[in-house]
Amino acid sequence: MAKRIEAVGVTAYYGSFKAIEDINLAVEPKTVTALIGPSGCGKSTFLRSINRMHEVLPGARVDGKLTIDDQDIYDPDVDVTAVRRTIGMVFQRPNPFPTMSIFDNVVAGLRLNGVKKKSILAEAAERALRSANLWDEVKDRLGKPGAGLSGGQQQRLCIARTIAVEPQVVLMDEPCSALDPISTLAIEDLMFKLKDRYTIIIVTHNMQQAARVSDRTAFFSIDRTGDPGRLIEYDATQKIFSNPGVKKTEDYITGRFG
Amino acid sequence: MGESPSRSADARTGGSGVTTSHARPAGAVASAGILTGTPLPTGPEFEPGPGMGGGGALPRRRTFGAERAFRGLSVAAGTMVLVIIIAIAIFLIAKAVPALRANQVNFFTAKEWFANEGRFGIAALAFGTVLTAVIALLVAVPVALGIALYLSHYAPRRIATTLGFLIDLLAAVPSVVFGLWGREVFIDPVNDFAAWLNRYFGWIPFFDSEGPYGRSIMLGSLVLAIMVLPIITSLSREVFAQTPKANEEAALALGATKWETIRTAVLPYGRPGVVAAVMLGLGRALGETIALAMTLGATFGISFNLIGSGGNSIAANIANGFGEASDLGRGALIASGLVLFAITLVVNMTARAIIYRRREFTEVAA
Repeated sequence: MAKRIEAVGVTAYYGSFKAIEDINLAVEPKTVTALIGPSGCGKSTFLRSINRMHEVLPGARVDGKLTIDDQDIYDPDVDVTAVRRTIGMVFQRPNPFPTMSIFDNVVAGLRLNGVKKKSILAEAAERALRSANLWDEVKDRLGKPGAGLSGGQQQRLCIARTIAVEPQVVLMDEPCSALDPISTLAIEDLMFKLKDRYTIIIVTHNMQQAARVSDRTAFFSIDRTGDPGRLIEYDATQKIFSNPGVKKTEDYITGRFG
Repeated sequence: MGESPSRSADARTGGSGVTTSHARPAGAVASAGILTGTPLPTGPEFEPGPGMGGGGALPRRRTFGAERAFRGLSVAAGTMVLVIIIAIAIFLIAKAVPALRANQVNFFTAKEWFANEGRFGIAALAFGTVLTAVIALLVAVPVALGIALYLSHYAPRRIATTLGFLIDLLAAVPSVVFGLWGREVFIDPVNDFAAWLNRYFGWIPFFDSEGPYGRSIMLGSLVLAIMVLPIITSLSREVFAQTPKANEEAALALGATKWETIRTAVLPYGRPGVVAAVMLGLGRALGETIALAMTLGATFGISFNLIGSGGNSIAANIANGFGEASDLGRGALIASGLVLFAITLVVNMTARAIIYRRREFTEVAA
């Protein structure tokens, strides 16, 4: 179910602007890895490179090597849609399809993969919603619009939609930044649960959150605005937050910078 | 904020002080005082006014001002629409009723139109109106949606801008020019196409005609299709372009291809807008007068034969017949106008019903 991600010398551009440079890190299966760092340091760019969502933007491209269980996802022969099905993504702002019901939102990915049978869809929807801790709240109104839920519920709906297609890896781009503390806790609990089955990589600005949910933490930073973001330190979360190896990391974590 | 005698004096008198403070950025004056802790700057431009939350007694509420004037204007404008619509309806009915009374045949079922002799029916005209409009939409809508999607999601920006401009230009061509072009130029290729259709698809009743081809339902509908194309295209392009990027990214991140993204995120989101665009196009097609008067055969009969010379519509018949109509004939034409009014109304209400049915999903989307 879960796979290993490895980045070797990953550099990403927006047009001629180099957003991240020479990122090297490996993420083990069934772990939660947090990417932290100041705004503009390229952690979201790196995250979006992992499922090739970066290249969706005009002029954006990625150099270097990114592998999932030793298979290069940027190989020209690889089908990009297959990469994104294998590596699911949850976005910063909840983005359920506004024209779809809760049910249709959850099974949207399955329908895109050609699953049509009602019973299979219903079963998958229930399983995904239960995994996302949302089933009890919505089971009586699956036909209602997904956009009518609260922000936290919408985000869990998006998580359900992501895991309904049974990906290997789940990327989360600041999934709680638009949510209140209670919804945030609900999503963090969910991450603990999902870790048993998926490899999770999360970008967060909230260092307590990184400390709470992640096994390993990667600290990104930039020297000056306009410089590419770099990976400064990558280690066990425990170590990063108690005894970081690099001065810059310590400055950031203790709030002296960024 | 310090108290200043002149300010409280202003506040008591009410009117003028409030007006002058509205005339310049009052917030800027107030905050300058707060931030610096110094008295407000004085001078010709910064005469101490009452400030936004100024001291002294509260000024009296004004009995007349821009607020009320604007409200009155908008209410008047809103009422005007209603008045105009009612006036049109009364005009149509008042003129139509005497003619309908004098009619010797059933107005709704008769196909003939000898209005000056008191024998006229709407059946053939209404049929022709709806048929040409429907065929025009059947041809125009798929093409328009295709162009709109190409412009909003596929074309490089420069091509999209140019093409969009050309399409808007198409909307600016007067309908009489379309009529002339249809009747003098477009008629030849359409005739050839009609002959071809008859040869190979003559077994379908629509295309079963040995000729003469000339001014036919097909020619009228195709000209009409070209005329409604720009409206539907530019409105649809707008709504497609407004699809939230977040929704498109959600679809892409689920492993959707470009076309699947459009099907999952773009088309459903744009649906109410597309329905509205199509209905606007239909409204134009139903009411189009001069282009159809020039490209239809102006016959009075009900036939699904699209390629044979013939066809007519309510609006085209009014344009063709008004010149030589007697008093009775004019009343008859106005009665036909009333029917056109009713058809358009039904179309519009249907469109609203379609949008309303999905309101739960579209409202939260907005």
